[in-house]
This record gives sequence, structure tokens and C-alpha cells, in this order.
Amino acid sequence: MSISIEHVKTFLEKELPGISLKKVRESLLLQNPADLPSAARALKDSSVFKLDFLSSITGADYLDYLEAVYHFYSMQNKTGAVTLRVRVKRGSPNIPTLVPVYRGAEFQEREAYDMYGIVFEGHPDLRRIFMWDGFEGFPLRKDYEQEDSETLEIADVQWLEKRSVQIPAEMKQKAEELHRDGKRAIARQPTDKNTP
Amino acid sequence: MLFGMGILRGLGVTLKNFFASYYKKPEEGGLFTVEYPEKRLPVKERFRNFPFLVYDTTPENMRCVACDICAKECPPKCIYIVRDNDEAGRPLKKPAIFDIDFTVCMNCGICEEVCPFDAIYMDHEFEIADANRLDALLYNLPDLLKPNDYFQKIRPNDAAQVDARRLEAEEKKKAAVAAVKTQAAAKDIKPE
Amino acid sequence: MEKTLQSGDFKEKSFVLRGERDVDTQTLEINVGPQHPSTHGAFRMNILLDGETVVRLKPVMGYLHRNHEQIAENMSYAATMPYTDRLDYFSSMSNNFGYAMCVEKLASIEVPERAEYIRVIMAELTRLVNHVSLIGFLLNDLGAFFTPVVYAFREREKILDIFEEVSGSRMMCNYLRFGGVKTDIGANTLEGIKKIVRAFPAFLEEFETLLTKNEILCMRCQNIGILRPELAVNASITGPMLRASGVNYDLRKVDKYSVYDRFSFKIPLGSRGDVYDRYFVRILEMHESVKILEQALKDIPQGDIINRKMAPFVKAPRNFKPAVGEAYARVEAPKGELGYYIVSDGTAQPWRYHVRAPSLINLTILEDMCLGQKLADAIVILGSVDIVLGEVDH
Repeated sequence: MSISIEHVKTFLEKELPGISLKKVRESLLLQNPADLPSAARALKDSSVFKLDFLSSITGADYLDYLEAVYHFYSMQNKTGAVTLRVRVKRGSPNIPTLVPVYRGAEFQEREAYDMYGIVFEGHPDLRRIFMWDGFEGFPLRKDYEQEDSETLEIADVQWLEKRSVQIPAEMKQKAEELHRDGKRAIARQPTDKNTP
Repeated sequence: MLFGMGILRGLGVTLKNFFASYYKKPEEGGLFTVEYPEKRLPVKERFRNFPFLVYDTTPENMRCVACDICAKECPPKCIYIVRDNDEAGRPLKKPAIFDIDFTVCMNCGICEEVCPFDAIYMDHEFEIADANRLDALLYNLPDLLKPNDYFQKIRPNDAAQVDARRLEAEEKKKAAVAAVKTQAAAKDIKPE
Repeated sequence: MEKTLQSGDFKEKSFVLRGERDVDTQTLEINVGPQHPSTHGAFRMNILLDGETVVRLKPVMGYLHRNHEQIAENMSYAATMPYTDRLDYFSSMSNNFGYAMCVEKLASIEVPERAEYIRVIMAELTRLVNHVSLIGFLLNDLGAFFTPVVYAFREREKILDIFEEVSGSRMMCNYLRFGGVKTDIGANTLEGIKKIVRAFPAFLEEFETLLTKNEILCMRCQNIGILRPELAVNASITGPMLRASGVNYDLRKVDKYSVYDRFSFKIPLGSRGDVYDRYFVRILEMHESVKILEQALKDIPQGDIINRKMAPFVKAPRNFKPAVGEAYARVEAPKGELGYYIVSDGTAQPWRYHVRAPSLINLTILEDMCLGQKLADAIVILGSVDIVLGEVDH
């Protein structure tokens, strides 16, 4: 059984006056990210919906903004999905955390932070989950540039020479050039997605 | 119940299996280990391991026309094809270079599914381990070409279907050519 | 023996056992993993120990991160199917099932009946394979080194032979396509599946005689790692772990996806939510899967195996461009709820592809379950959570 999104919209507007919602393609967009925990708690505590199961939190990158999509289900009523969305700008990607409301949000918010850089305020332990600590950059963003694994940078050259490894002259020169221009060794992006 | 009866019953199960392994047949609980490499289990017909290219009678009659579809659809991009040119520089319908990197190939079988010319199929060879990674496991065109008889031997049902389909297509083409010829002959007669 | 500790009713200091308060002790921080035979893969647990009692546990994962989501953003939809095999590498048919369902929901593709029955048969065979292997591995963690595994693998081999006959590969099946399945099942293969299903209840009896009333198993698994139902629901736990805690939520009955509403089967529930309940729920689920298989094999109709409109896209996957939109579909994988979220922008590659992996989310309350238990129990609890690192790290 599925829940109609209009029903959820009218309920939330009645429960939390002042909330601004927009219907996007069978889901609700919360225009102000700060409304998210109170909206989730209202849906969880309401006797009509009883949405006590947070199925998944997904981050997404839409070039102008970053988005987090939440799918809620009800285990007691066994009803269908309610989808909420929150959009934030790249410069200040802050969304309040849902961990006080749903424990299951813990690892999924860490994954969204690791892959997209969305910072969840109030998360008990927001650190990277898949990439190693100290990794720079957010891999699944559309503008992520991958390091070229075959070009050495000046830091690599220094590390290797300290351990007395011989480095060919061209590689060392290239590393120094990059350092002089202040650039990183970025992998070549293929222009056509289907060529090797 | 005596404390320990559960363990004793479990030990009874293992004891029963131990004695049964001496006289029971492999399917019913006897010893079912196949002592590789002296004996081998036959692989199933649809077993897919690495790809190979089919040629009809001689290696020059290979079915591949270097259309590059399998290289484009391959998920890990392990196929590299370069089309052949004749002496004048015009492209031919044959590949000059057809490399598959078996260290990258993940045996998914998508190249076999998308080939429109019935040229590439999945082989059953899995004992190809070697000490050198790139020398031995980067297969070039001569290593990949295998005859249609080999294809029929390893996969009789699929090969029979493919052959029937190709025969039908050939018959249709011959019939169409014959129809055009008779039409042209009829046209020649008419204005006479 | 100290009283059974429930999660939530202790603080850090009170673990010190009564007799040892006079001794000056220190806590010890150890790493279980990432190279450890009992962690089911390259998985690390950072454990703070007070003697043998676990005081804090932090799971560290990411050693098998292969960036599956970004790979799928650069591939056509059909080319991602072999990659989904490798998520939960023990149950590749279920992963394919979830992905095929999501794309079919996105592009509104219907699946013919025979293909649906074949999918259900393959999914239930996968469930048998997974549960029986998991019980074997759980017993490995307990110390019954490999005897139950060999009994389990004897049955698993027969099912893997079926997978090889049908799809070409034992584990990485790549069998489902959008709108149906890749190739048809012949009459011989159906006979083979019927033979396995006929022999399975006898095997389960033997397996249960070996294990269920075994005193060592009972003493080491009962009252260990208790998970209360409210905490389980709040922490988004799904699958047999949730049902062992007593919550009746099985996607096959709730969503009624595919043709599961035509089969009659029960959902086994546990009462206490400890490790023993999780083991026993899996045994009972295998009995129910055998029932579903018997019904499906009896009623399987003849017909198409792939939607006629989708058949041309098999030869030209790059022409498959679903309409702009998004879809979230979930299946009851043997480990829990496997969800796929795909956003399409109208081109041949998806804009966003996300996998909701049950193993990753079931690890959320690993710490809660293990606090106050001994280190050996922590290993057993991890074994009962049923993780596969391919899925945890996608």
C-alpha cells in the first residue's frame, strides 16, 4: 500500500506551521534543511503514518546543488515509501542529522559525507567510512578530479628519495614542473565515455 | 534429557556419514571428491570463461568484421580492436589487431550477447594460468581464433542454433538475389 | 556467571567484575582484522577491552571499496548487471533481481509470467545457498572448524551446478535482464531443481540433528548479543536479524513484489533476539523456501522469457534510454533489504546510482550488541549479523 504524497504534505503543513514544502516527482522537497529533524519526528510519532523505518539516505550531485534523499517506510502499518528531499549549495553543505531520531542514519550519513561532502550537523561521529582517513576530496561529486597514479608529485619524490629509491630524471623534472605551477597530477579525462 | 545428548547425537551423524562414505555412491552421501588433476569434472555446456573468435573454414574466413561493438559494450573495456586496411588504405572488413586482456576480462558474456555477426563466443578453457601476467594473458588475434568445429564440440546446442540461423539467413539472401535476377531478366525481355 | 547484560543498561566503568576491583587494570585497545579468518572478509573492529570484556567497539570498513556507484554512472544500464553480481558475492541472483526490478520500475517495463517464476525460483535457491553457508560460517566462528561447512557445501554444490547450467557461471551469474531473464531453463534443469528440492528436507533434518540441540552451540549462543525489537526497528535493521528479534517484516509479504503473492509460506519469528534465534530463524526460513520452491516448480507456466519490447535492447544496450525520473526498488535479499536507487537523466548512463546494502546498515548496532560481552562472543555476534564485505563496501 502506498501513501499519497499530498496526504503527507497537508499533514506536515498542519503539524509544523511555517514549513515550506514542494512536491517534486512523487517526493517532498523541504526548502529549508533545518526543518528536517522535526518533520521526520512528526512523521515518526504520528498515529496516522507511523513511519518508523528509515530505509535509505542517498546523496546526489546535481551540479548546482547537492541533494540528500530520504526514504521512509512504516514497519507497523506495512505501508509504502515516503520520500523527502533536502537540497544544499556546494559552498555550505550543512544538513541537520537524523541520528537522534533514527539510529540507522549513522552509517548512511557517514557515507554521504565521505562521497559528497555533505556535513551533517550534530552527527556523533562524522568521519570517512570508505575512503581512508586523510583522503582529500569527495569522490562521487561530478567535478571530482582523480589523481593520476602514474605521475609522481614533489611530495612523492621526497618520500621516495628519503628511502633511497632511484627516480628517473624525467619523472623528477615533471614533478618539479607541477610543483612550480602549483598544479596536481590529474588523470586525463576521456572525452568520449565509450572509448577505452 | 541427559546433558550432552545433543552432542552425542551430532557425533552419531558424523559417524554415520563416515561409514557411509565407504559404501555409498557419491550422489547419496558417499565420497564425492573428484581428484583433480587426474580426473576432471565435465563443465556444463553454457559455462562461460574467456572469449574466443570463430572462423568458418580457414582463419582467413573469420566471422569478425571489426565493427567494434563488443569493445564498446565490454564493461571493463578489455577488448582493443583496430580495423585492417588494404594496400590502397581503404578499410577492410577484418580486424588487424584484436587484443583481449584476460587479466581484466570478468567473464560476463556481454560481448557474446551483443555481437551481430556470431563472431565472438565464450570458451570453456580455464587452465591458462601462467607466471607472466602480460606476456601470457594478453591474447592477440591468432591466439583467439578457433574453428567452428571446436565451437560445435564444446557447445553443441548453441552451435547448432547459430548454424541453423546462419544457414537460414544465407538461403534467404540467395533467394532474394535469385528473385532480383529473374525480375531483371523479365524486365530485359519486356521492352524487346 | 554474571547476569545477562542488556544493551543500554551499563556505563563504561561498571564492567569491571566484582572480584577484580582491587586489582589495578588498564584497558587494552586491539584491532580485530582486517586480516582475520573470522571477520568474514577484510573488515576491522577496533575494540577497547577491559580484561576480556568489550568496552567499546568501532567497526572500520572500506578495505574492499571498489567504487561500484561511480562505475555504474559511466556504464550503460545493462553493463552494470555483471557488477551487481559482485556486491554480495554469495547471492548474485538476488542482487541482479533488485537491480532489474529497479530499472523496470524506472522505465515501466513489464515482465512475462514465466520469467517471474524463474526469477523467484532462482531467488529462493539463492536464499538456500546463503543461509546454509552462513550457518556453516557461524559454526566456524564458534570453533566447529569446518565440519558443518562441509555438510552445507555439499548441498550448495548441487545448487551451484544448477546455476552453472542455467546462466554459465557458478557465482557471478549475470542472468537477469530488464524485462525477463537471459536464457530459458530446459526440462532437464527443472528436473534437477526438483531433485534438489526433494532431497533438501532430509538434509535439513540431518543438519538440525547435528546442530540445533548441540549443548556447546546452545551454551555459547543463547542470551548472547540480544537485540531488542524497538532498537532494531530504529536502527533500520532488516532481514533475518530483524525477524529474530520478533518484528514481522518481510518484504516478500509486505511489498508482494514479483509473483510472491501467489505462494503460501510463513514468516518465522524469533522471541529473544539472541544469536541462537538468528541461527534458528535461518533454519526455519530454509524450510519455508523449500515450500515456495515446490509451489513454484509445480505451477511454472510456459511462455516468453523476456519482454518482447526489451529483446532488441539486448543486442544494443546503449540504445536503452529510460525517461527522466527516479526509482527506488527493494528486494528481500537473504541478508536483508537490498535497495537500489537510480536517477535517470534521459541518457544511456544513469545520473545517480545508489545501493542500499543491508550488511552495512546491519552493522550499525554491532557495538550495542557487543558491549559487555566477552571478546569471543563479539566474534560470534559478528558472525550472526551475516556480513559480506562486497556489500558493506560496495
